[in-house]
Amino acid sequence: MASLTVRNLRKNFGAVEVLKGVDIEAQTGEFIALVGPSGCGKSTLLAMIAGLESVTSGEIWIGDRMVNSVAPKDRDIAMVFQSYALYPTMTVRENMAFGMESRGIPKAQQAETIARVAALLQIEPLLARKPGQLSGGQRQRVAMGRALVRDPALFLFDEPLSNLDAKLRVDMRTEIKKLHQRVGKTTVYVTHDQVEAMTLASRIAVMHQGQVQQFDEPDAVYNRPANIFVAGFMGSPSMNFIQAEITTDNGKPVVTFPLAGGGTASLPLFNGAAERATNRKVVLGIRPEHLSRQSSATAAKPGMATMTAPVEVVEPTGAETMAVLRFGDREVVGRFSPDDAPKTGENMPLAVDMSRACLFDPTTEKRI
Amino acid sequence: MSDAVLSSAPAIDLEAGRARRRHLLSRVVIYGLLTVFALIYLIPLWVVFFNSFRPLPEISANGLIAFPLSFRLDAWPQAWSEFCIGGQCNGMQRYFWNSVMMVVPATIISTAMGAVAGYVLSKWRFKGSEIVFGMMLLGVFMPGQIALLPWAFVLGQLGLSNSVYGLILVHCIQGLSFTTLFCRNYFIGIPDDLVKAARIDGAGFWRIFYKIILPISPPILIVTVIWQFTGIWNEYLFGVVLNSGANQPITAALVALSMSGTTVRTYDVMSAAVLIGALPPLLVYFFGGKYFVRGLTQGAIK
Repeated sequence: MASLTVRNLRKNFGAVEVLKGVDIEAQTGEFIALVGPSGCGKSTLLAMIAGLESVTSGEIWIGDRMVNSVAPKDRDIAMVFQSYALYPTMTVRENMAFGMESRGIPKAQQAETIARVAALLQIEPLLARKPGQLSGGQRQRVAMGRALVRDPALFLFDEPLSNLDAKLRVDMRTEIKKLHQRVGKTTVYVTHDQVEAMTLASRIAVMHQGQVQQFDEPDAVYNRPANIFVAGFMGSPSMNFIQAEITTDNGKPVVTFPLAGGGTASLPLFNGAAERATNRKVVLGIRPEHLSRQSSATAAKPGMATMTAPVEVVEPTGAETMAVLRFGDREVVGRFSPDDAPKTGENMPLAVDMSRACLFDPTTEKRI
Repeated sequence: MSDAVLSSAPAIDLEAGRARRRHLLSRVVIYGLLTVFALIYLIPLWVVFFNSFRPLPEISANGLIAFPLSFRLDAWPQAWSEFCIGGQCNGMQRYFWNSVMMVVPATIISTAMGAVAGYVLSKWRFKGSEIVFGMMLLGVFMPGQIALLPWAFVLGQLGLSNSVYGLILVHCIQGLSFTTLFCRNYFIGIPDDLVKAARIDGAGFWRIFYKIILPISPPILIVTVIWQFTGIWNEYLFGVVLNSGANQPITAALVALSMSGTTVRTYDVMSAAVLIGALPPLLVYFFGGKYFVRGLTQGAIK
């Protein structure tokens, strides 16, 4: 039985349709990430699951109850907000006890639960402090503690790491993952950061303009994106899109596009993509990490194609080197190991991993 | 080659000297003007203050605005309990307590209602809440005198004419617009996420108000209380029109006082009476003034 089921959910704010028929479900213990750019409707969806926003049409089921008109406090959920929303005039202990007091739970049980959760999150020394006396990471943990104390069926996180600095964000991300492994509660996690979604979730729902573009495991969303939006959103630096044409070369299907300085690149296709295409014009999607320098190793690997392209900009980051190359009239970003780093201005011999490349229909923008 | 040359003579920085003199001159002008304005503002208060301690013969001899030559405390108890106003000779105390009995409940009730109204308008926005707020805002800009006749009629119908309860009702309603405005603008600064988190935690309307909103409110509540206290205490028109005789507040009594005194103008007692009437707002200013300013400029949450 699914912990959470959302069926054909729609939401209008006046004349504006913010959610256009969303279907999501989460099995017990799953970690679902709702990811998408600003304005895609993910926070609205979360607010509706929490009961903070009303439903225009559709159904929300938590466990075996339809909760469309159930008040937030009766939905058996707990929520962590982007701003943590800690009650500023109460101590950490009182913050965590607030929900239990509202529901009339006896003091002894309250104390016991708080002690257990504080130990789990290592916030015991902070219990007597007020939120104003805590650092960002500590406030984050107190906010999670307040949610854990409720022991709900469903955890909701609304961009909880957005207010932290970059290093702390990485540390807290790992902590959230460890916490989920220990506590094992169904979690719905909203973020605009696709790295967070990829690292934390067991399934990702990529949203855009009020619709779920793809709802699948991270591996599928990354390597088999449903459309150009998902392909371009997931992965940083994002996938390169090249307008190309499908032709045949000696009976084998290839995709061709013009190169800088004249000539055409001709890259063989795999995975039966050419057969499924209805059009000759396609959009070829290649991820930066699928470009590498030609070598004996790449020549031996199946599915590799070769071409050359001039290198315009080189950006070494230490662990890897990014480079901007020119394919015809457009720029393409590649990610290379520092040992094979391209040099600015060279006409680099490239090996392209065509077994991972994606083809998209230019009109429907769906993957072929 | 160097770009700057040091002179061998001891350095006399002419420019710094000129800048210092300019600075000094502007300081003198600013402080001079401020002192003049302060004196203009304070001298009437000092005159009244001194005159309440000068015996009447001395005032009559030297005039009102003259340095006190002798000191006498009699004017004060006379003003408090013996002076004759409008046929009664009980001094100001009756009217003083009238004002107190009117101001304290009116301040408390209008502040409390304003806080709840501000809370609703800022945190529980409903369809038409902006229109409701706009209508309440009308009360801030509307001159109070417009409501004078309607109030007289309403109080007559309710049987509250010429009583302190009538005035309490009037001032509660008249002040509600201000208190709602202050509180709503302050509460808007409280993040909505706090209310959402409390709702998920199971708190209802009133629990959120008592446990979360009120503990953050002291700055704006102090502003509202000070504003209402001084405003209602100093109010004259409604007090003199809606009540009469012994039921009037101290502002109306002071005017009556200045018109009685058929033979000799007892300036010393009058000065003492005026100061008795002005004392509560002055005390509020001395003790609460800085909290008032702080509350107006403070945001709800950092």
